[in-house]
Amino acid sequence: MTAVPDAGAATAGRGPRRGERRSGPVRGETLLLGLAGLAALLILIEVLPRTGLVSARFLPPTSRIAAALADQARTAEFWRAIGDTLVGWGIGLAIAVVAGVVLGVLIGAVPLLRAATASTIEFLRPIPSVALIPLAVLLYANGLGSVLLLVVYASFWQVLIQVLYGVQDVDPVAEETARSYGLGAWARIRYVLWPAAMPYVFTGIRLAAAVALVLAVTAQLVIGAPGLGAKIAVAQTSNAVPLMYALIVVTGVLGVLINLAARVVERRFLAWHQSVRGEVAA
Amino acid sequence: MAATALKRIGLVLGLPVILFAVWYVATDNSQSFYVPPLRTILSVFDDTWTGQRLRADVLPSALRLLAGYALATVLGVGLGVVIGSYRRVRAVAEPVLEFFRAIPPPVLVPVIMLFAGIGDGMKVIVIVSGCVWPILLNTVEGVRAVDGVLADTARSYRITGPARLRHLLLRSASPQIMAGMRQALSIAIILMVISEMFAASNGLGFTIVQFQRSFAIPEMWTGIILLGLLGFVLSALFRFAENRVLAWYHGLRSAQRKS
Repeated sequence: MTAVPDAGAATAGRGPRRGERRSGPVRGETLLLGLAGLAALLILIEVLPRTGLVSARFLPPTSRIAAALADQARTAEFWRAIGDTLVGWGIGLAIAVVAGVVLGVLIGAVPLLRAATASTIEFLRPIPSVALIPLAVLLYANGLGSVLLLVVYASFWQVLIQVLYGVQDVDPVAEETARSYGLGAWARIRYVLWPAAMPYVFTGIRLAAAVALVLAVTAQLVIGAPGLGAKIAVAQTSNAVPLMYALIVVTGVLGVLINLAARVVERRFLAWHQSVRGEVAA
Repeated sequence: MAATALKRIGLVLGLPVILFAVWYVATDNSQSFYVPPLRTILSVFDDTWTGQRLRADVLPSALRLLAGYALATVLGVGLGVVIGSYRRVRAVAEPVLEFFRAIPPPVLVPVIMLFAGIGDGMKVIVIVSGCVWPILLNTVEGVRAVDGVLADTARSYRITGPARLRHLLLRSASPQIMAGMRQALSIAIILMVISEMFAASNGLGFTIVQFQRSFAIPEMWTGIILLGLLGFVLSALFRFAENRVLAWYHGLRSAQRKS
């Protein structure tokens, strides 16, 4: 398990892509084909209900979903729901990242602490955060606290585990060199451990950002905390099917934007690092 | 020898035992309605989850989980191999797949309820719809990154068809496939619980919400603990399977590191 910490990250487009980056025309063609794929999906969704292959009550055509979305975009309520979702996502993610990084560095830097906490972390990490939903309902009803509890619990582990991997990945020669030059504990953390752990930290943040959105929307959907998820639940109970699809598309777009933003931030902060340098140069 | 073994056991069990003891002692005289004493929770655990409920709730949940997860793996790996093998297919499909992956899976529950009603089929489809993306995208990535020399060697030995699929494509993609399956496993548990919280007449998620709504707080806590145990056991089983399947890969990596 420890040997493939980054295998999941590999899907996220790290490392030079064979083929695609070989030359300009191939890249342009990839882009065109990708757009064609998206267009085909939209046309398919338009055609399926129109020809009666799928009932329009279950799957409204693209044009009606788009109309519902345009309708929504004119209401302040819709933007407030997006705002609520992003607030829960952002605060929860921030708490999880700070706690994950601080605890991860602390646990990783002290071997005894690391050995003593390993079994507890392995036990607590796979606990599904949705198990906490009943507790969140009792403690915070449908307030922001419910969302935060689930978001923080789910994304904290993503960050912590990556930071632990990262701290493990410190080059022993660099560490010993720093020791023999008499660097103190704090300086070693700052100049040896932290730079080595950075790529892992950013992988952890990227994974956590995606998980945090899932849990924020889930909490709203199931518990009814205000936000996009709650709007989807309302659309479902009032049988507003096109609106429901439109809102789901919005959550998907949010997810894509968050992934893209996380990757941009990662590239900016890790521009010095080998794994990104290789990609930029290619 | 004995001393080091003792020390290791101490390190593994030390913190969990301390945490457990703290929880036990701190809540022993708890009057709080929401945080009952751990003693009470443990004493109702047995009555709550053995016998009838084990058969009527835990078993159906576990079966849905397994069915959905297995189906998602077959679909994800199958489609992934096809998409990963052809550059153009991949270019067409990738943005669409990335979009579907970015949709938080639980919001698909209402949509799937429209199509599949509220039976077992709905729950299995919900689990599949969430689990398939990480497996699919990781398989695509793994198949695409097949070592060029190995692929050429296989071609010059005329290894084609099923043999090529089994020994070249799936084998070299397996570390990525397993990484995708690991992500999918935690998604599967989440979706199992969520789909049962939405609409069900049995299952773990349904029962726990039922306890919460009827303010049976110690029983609700036992449900939370049981879900935690389920997550832990499944991930331990997965790790065991992964270590067996990827033994060659871990060996290769450590050999490369040493050299």
